[in-house]
Amino acid sequence: MLRRVRSAVLIAFLVLAPALPAAEVEPVRVASKNFAENYLLAEIVAQLLEGQGIAVERAFGLGGTLICYQALLNNEIDLYVEYTGTLSQAILQRPEVTDRDDLNAVIAERGLHLMPQLGFNNTYAIAVRRQLAESLELRNIGDLAKYPKLRLVFSHEFLERGDGWPGLSKRYALPHRVEGIEHALAYQAIADGAIDATDAYSTDGELSRYPLRVLEDDLAYFPAYMAAPLVRSAWLRDAPLAAESVRRLAGLMDASTMQQLNAEVAVVGKSYAEVASEFIDTHRETLGVNDLARQSATATLWTDMAGHVIRHLQLTGLALVAAIVIGLAVALAVFANRRLADAVVYFCGLLQTVPSLALLALMIPIFGIGFTPAVVALFLYSLLPIVRNAVTALATVDPTLVRVSEALGLTRWQQLRHLRLPLSLPMIFAGIRTAAVISIGTATLAAFIGAGGLGEPIVVGLSLNDTDMILRGAIPAAMLAILAEFLFAALQKRVSRGYQ
Amino acid sequence: MTSPSDACVSFHGVSKKFGELVVFNELSLALPSGQTTAIVGASGSGKTTLLQMVNALERPDSGSLQVFGEPIPQHQLQQFRHRIGYAVQGAGLFPHLSARDNVTLVARLLGWSEQRIQQRFAELLQAMALPANVADRPPRELSGGQQQRLGLCRALMLSPDMLLLDEPFSAVDPVTRLGLYERFEEVQQMHAVSTLLVTHDIREARRLADVLVVLDQGRIVQSGSPDDVFADPASPYVERLIASVA
Repeated sequence: MLRRVRSAVLIAFLVLAPALPAAEVEPVRVASKNFAENYLLAEIVAQLLEGQGIAVERAFGLGGTLICYQALLNNEIDLYVEYTGTLSQAILQRPEVTDRDDLNAVIAERGLHLMPQLGFNNTYAIAVRRQLAESLELRNIGDLAKYPKLRLVFSHEFLERGDGWPGLSKRYALPHRVEGIEHALAYQAIADGAIDATDAYSTDGELSRYPLRVLEDDLAYFPAYMAAPLVRSAWLRDAPLAAESVRRLAGLMDASTMQQLNAEVAVVGKSYAEVASEFIDTHRETLGVNDLARQSATATLWTDMAGHVIRHLQLTGLALVAAIVIGLAVALAVFANRRLADAVVYFCGLLQTVPSLALLALMIPIFGIGFTPAVVALFLYSLLPIVRNAVTALATVDPTLVRVSEALGLTRWQQLRHLRLPLSLPMIFAGIRTAAVISIGTATLAAFIGAGGLGEPIVVGLSLNDTDMILRGAIPAAMLAILAEFLFAALQKRVSRGYQ
Repeated sequence: MTSPSDACVSFHGVSKKFGELVVFNELSLALPSGQTTAIVGASGSGKTTLLQMVNALERPDSGSLQVFGEPIPQHQLQQFRHRIGYAVQGAGLFPHLSARDNVTLVARLLGWSEQRIQQRFAELLQAMALPANVADRPPRELSGGQQQRLGLCRALMLSPDMLLLDEPFSAVDPVTRLGLYERFEEVQQMHAVSTLLVTHDIREARRLADVLVVLDQGRIVQSGSPDDVFADPASPYVERLIASVA
């Protein structure tokens, strides 16, 4: 009887299952770049969807525009917030295409779609100390030309970019001699009166914190950087409910709203989650959110850290185990052939010279973003010390002893098992030890491709300029590296026991 | 001279080159069974190469080489080598193994019973006058003389049909060396094994060997009983060898 009921349920399920809206069951994969505003916008989108009961997977703090864009093309994520200027200039390299409709016409063939704009334009702006601006009656950028003695100091990037100072000075005929400064220091410098004007992003939260005036770009020199969710066209089709929710964000944020939201994080020091949920709360009618899934952002310091440590250990542990297994197998296969061994060691060395972030980025077209490509990249980095030490150790075992072992009638395998391997162990362990420490350090960069781990608080902290948060990742990472160093040193000592 | 039928090793017209360097050209030599033959020569005379051809660590380029009355079985080298004990200068013990494991490694790999292994090991320690407390120590904790004796124990472990000794007495001080000679002589008296001893010390050869072969740049310049060689050196080279240790 029971069995019959059970099969009836099963049949009902099999019949009904295809009728469920499958796409809406899939979590929406929301990503962000690694700077504060983009983080906040992604969090707003995520909470908005969660408020509708739609599951969200967050891949925040990805290391830059191209990583986000590649991840989107690769169907690793569904959505991130992009800026029209960045899309046309940096990604498509077609600066003449500026309008959203025109952009959509271009990216449609790539299976992407730029959703309606959020409302603000996060472009370059020139900020002047307000007091100075009032006394000199500075309103437009062009007004600066009348005061060639003003100390104009810009971020290094702005000085270099074609759409930065070189073009700006030409367009407005600005005669000033300019200098470079780190962007993060510029606000303090201008507030202190050390400099008179600098470049800023028009939605920087700091603009409201310091007494500054943003000059009008009356000649419309700076391109528009209108923020809008960039999504996969297929996702729009498959997840109409989620897409409808995101569409409601259109036009809700003008520049001053965005500046205010940024300031809440950067200046007031609230968490992204708090600011995002307050924003959604304020606009709950427009956004159609009834039951706000409030994120408890507090009291999770230790559980967060434990989670990051575990993730970090998973990343490095898996990469290390793979590197040990494959590295040793390769070393055993090639050590007897000098030229082959040299070639393999050389190749591993070559891998080591690829900058970490570049290697991670190279992984994306093959493995996407997240855990897998990070493990693969860390694995590749761990290979060199392991393979090189193993090959060297195996090949340099005292030749007299090798002869003796041969003369004793040991087979090649027995020679390996009873002579070469045990004598090589200390050096092999030294290689594993180096690989472990390198890998724990490098794994912090894995957060740039959404792999999590202790790099996550570091990346968020960097984008927020929040030292506490950076240390929350950096200190445990350093401790792990030291711990690994001690652990493997002890193991190495143990296997070396009784050697000459 | 010994006839080839009693020979445990016979070289016939053996040539060997390392690159351009000719080590042997058409060398012929027979080693008598059950006796100790010493090959004496200066460095570079080719004596180690000659010894290593016997257990196939080196191969002749041409000519024929018979060991135990047959060509060396190239496809059963391990079994062949288990019949030949091998000891070298400096002992060549494995640094990561205890004295016991060094001596008994191959017996263990051959699947000897634990009892048989321990019994044979005890016999050998006794024969070489080694105290039982060396057994579990690593080589680096032992004296040069003890290491050298363990090297001989290892060579004798499987009760081989032949011994190849490549200057096993030369890296120790003279007093220790005398002790080693005595141990070796006792072992040979109990159970004479065909032995090929390579040495640069013609006095050592005279003391230990039944047959003495003097080698100079790959050529045999004299062979015969030690007394005959000492009484009537065949060339100035042999005279110099004798004078060098007199």
